[in-house]
Amino acid sequence: MHELSIVMSIIEIATTQMEGADASEIEEIELEIGALSGVEENSFEFAWKQAVRNTPLQNAVRKINHIEGLATCLDCMIDFSITQLYDACPVCGGHFLNIKKGKELKVKSLVVN
Amino acid sequence: MCATCGCSADGSVTMHIPGQENNQDHNHGHDHSHSHGKRIVDVEQDILQQNNLLAERNKGYFDAKNILALNLVSSPGSGKTTLLEKTLTDLKGQLTFAVIEGDQQTTNDADRIHATGTKVTQINTGKGCHLDAHMVLHAIQGMKPKNDSVLFIENVGNLVCPAMFDLGEKERVVIISVTEGDDKPLKYPDMFFTSTLCIINKIDLLPYVPFSIEKVKENAKKINRNLPIIEVSCTTGAGLQEWYDWLKSKVLAPELV
Repeated sequence: MHELSIVMSIIEIATTQMEGADASEIEEIELEIGALSGVEENSFEFAWKQAVRNTPLQNAVRKINHIEGLATCLDCMIDFSITQLYDACPVCGGHFLNIKKGKELKVKSLVVN
Repeated sequence: MCATCGCSADGSVTMHIPGQENNQDHNHGHDHSHSHGKRIVDVEQDILQQNNLLAERNKGYFDAKNILALNLVSSPGSGKTTLLEKTLTDLKGQLTFAVIEGDQQTTNDADRIHATGTKVTQINTGKGCHLDAHMVLHAIQGMKPKNDSVLFIENVGNLVCPAMFDLGEKERVVIISVTEGDDKPLKYPDMFFTSTLCIINKIDLLPYVPFSIEKVKENAKKINRNLPIIEVSCTTGAGLQEWYDWLKSKVLAPELV
């Protein structure tokens, strides 16, 4: 359940940013979560509901940009999409990969008031 | 959260990102400082940034004191603590050790380490499923590991959550035992992806379990192609020398003897 720690960090970042912007409420929060980031969506959802109570994020609309995994095979130098870290290159079947996208875990923006 | 390490919940550590208006002074320049209305704040901040900053701080502490910090991760029951006991006993007098134990409850593991005569701190995470850089920061503040020492951080037994949290360690050692499945690397890819050494423990039990060493190696290499793998048994002592050699090769300080 590391998702709870993740949600707590999001609350902390959002609260700091809101206060820094001299605002008193957060209407919207935009997150970026990669498919390979290690966040399990159901757990995240569960943790979110409990953790945002009585915080500035309580009534915020949450938008999640899901980023698909993208890797380069370092033997063939071709890019291909992956859903798991152990996916093989579709050309050579190798596992010598550079993960280019999918590890994202970010607070992108807020709409504050 | 505490205030002494700059990680308090009121945000005494903040990051300033270009394009983001979080400077109070800046606001005074405007005529409309009382009601800004609805607006967008570009944050672009890594969610784990706070942990990563503290991990960097730990790293700096370790580097300055030439401490080799290792994060030991595994599922519960793989034999982390036994491997540690064995290592601390066998290499006593050759290297200086300190240990941080992470468990949800009890000081059982710390008691076992203490019995070997090694300096040890137990972190109880309560309901927490992993150690984070903040906990380790406070543990090292309390225990003050010696210069040129080797610091083992035994994480909470869990192959999922600890993968995401950098503690500032130099090496991450994932331990699996042959009584687990040989598909474990595929089931918990994040941990194998981020590790720098894999130890396969309890190899003395191989005749009794349907565990294929070749399979597990193949699976681990699918995730982390250059992951070194060492097979050991803490009961018979097989393979331990290879682990000790690996460990010593990572220590930059001269040996004590």
